Amino acid sequence: MMSVAVTAISSSLSYSPLLLPSQGPKRRMQWKRNDKRQFSRKVAVSGVITAGFELKPPPYPLDALEPHMSRETLDYHWGKHHRTYVENLNKQIVGTDLDTLPLEEVVLLSYNRGNMLPAFNNAAQAWNHEFFWESIQPGGGGKPTGELPRLIERDFGSFEEFLERFKSAAASNFGSGWTWLAYKANRLDVANAVNPLPKEEDKKLVIVKTPNAVNPLVWDYSPLLTIDTWEHAYYLDFENRRAEYINTFMERLVSWETVSTRLESAMARAVQREQEGTETEDEENPDDEEPEVYLDSDIDVSEVD
Amino acid sequence: MAIRCVASRKTLAGLKETSSRLLGFRGVQTFTLPDLPYDYGALEPAISGEIMQIHHQKHHQAYVTNYNNALEQLDQAVNKGDASTVVKLQSAIKFNGGGHVNHSIFWKNLAPVNEGGGEPPKGSLGSAIDTHFGSPEGLVKKMSAEGAAVQGSGWVWLGLDKELKKLVVDTTANQDPLVTKGGSLVPLVGIDVWEHAYYLQYKNVRPEYLKNVWKVINWKYASEVYEKECN
Repeated sequence: MMSVAVTAISSSLSYSPLLLPSQGPKRRMQWKRNDKRQFSRKVAVSGVITAGFELKPPPYPLDALEPHMSRETLDYHWGKHHRTYVENLNKQIVGTDLDTLPLEEVVLLSYNRGNMLPAFNNAAQAWNHEFFWESIQPGGGGKPTGELPRLIERDFGSFEEFLERFKSAAASNFGSGWTWLAYKANRLDVANAVNPLPKEEDKKLVIVKTPNAVNPLVWDYSPLLTIDTWEHAYYLDFENRRAEYINTFMERLVSWETVSTRLESAMARAVQREQEGTETEDEENPDDEEPEVYLDSDIDVSEVD
Repeated sequence: MAIRCVASRKTLAGLKETSSRLLGFRGVQTFTLPDLPYDYGALEPAISGEIMQIHHQKHHQAYVTNYNNALEQLDQAVNKGDASTVVKLQSAIKFNGGGHVNHSIFWKNLAPVNEGGGEPPKGSLGSAIDTHFGSPEGLVKKMSAEGAAVQGSGWVWLGLDKELKKLVVDTTANQDPLVTKGGSLVPLVGIDVWEHAYYLQYKNVRPEYLKNVWKVINWKYASEVYEKECN
């Protein structure tokens, strides 16, 4: 039985089902509300009112990732691309139902089960890029320590095998998109399907490729690490040589410390949700031992002929 | 045997003029990178020589190479009756084959200014554009707007719907050729809005690229295709 290092978690944001269509177990917000974010309306110099998301700077100076990711890339990638997503999102959602919600909620709501609403692209890209800058650090790379390498070995065979698969996924994600390492609990491998009989061994690390702005939050996975493979992420430094960018990213940039912290939170969240889920189940189905997944057992199949 | 012939002839028919054919070991026809009909620097300042060179020699070449590899693997899988592998190869074929198809058209859609690049469409195509879009400016405005709105990677097209006999503006994602949007669609002008098509010069300002690319669009070629399809 896997032992889980549980960090103390403050109560996660409980989310009203009024705003989300019901889809099995109540979707719980994964990330603490970012209290640093201002909810007040911003009034720009021009007098245009915008919603309150702010462009957060990376947790290091813009030139700190040189020579592996140039200052010029950060200037454009963070200073223009990421900034534009945030600014356009604010303009797009001001005065709407999505206004004043935390970013993750905007992403999930606008994903709208795959029939994306207009705000999704900007919201998800704003989220993805903040997550991306925090996934890397100066002096990054190397190997993870602690619980993470154990899970990597369990789920991929070895760190080398994981690296191979992750890099291959990132290299083969045609077009624009992202490649993720994520923690999956209580979900089947088919997007959005809830695992009806969740077991401990269903909780695992997975590598997923997503197109354009999509991220694994929409499938209720916990993202741990991402690499941006939109061309703007690497073109100034590597031109078309995406494979070289991916190698550099894994060898010199990835912040395993951050990934480990995210894993701890993800595993703790999964445990907590399980406990809450068990309590709810006991209330709703006091007589059932297992949730029913098949047709009524009193249909006599022999009568069908 | 029969399957191999069908796979070769049908899929490759459209590219007769642009790619030379080499018979591979098993008779699978392979593709080569078509030459540009102008120097890399000839489209400046609309598109930089640096971009043209990388776009042609690296990106398009990679599509050609990977397309050939995928076709070779497909041939083997088909001959072995390996259905799983045949299915698995489809995305690589679509992506790389589409990349080759699209870029082969793109190079012909462009011309240096001193060879007619940017000159407005005349003749029957010119009239059709006036009819459907009001004016060439109307068409340009629509295509630029839709090209700018493509999320992620893709193309914006002016196409001819052969069956309905009308011009259409459409977009495709990634390297999907226009025909994936409708079997009767013939591409006349395609504009690559992947970031690699403009990033080194225009950075994140795709609308600026779209504003300038019209200065080197080769309407003569588009007219030729249009007239051929209309007769």
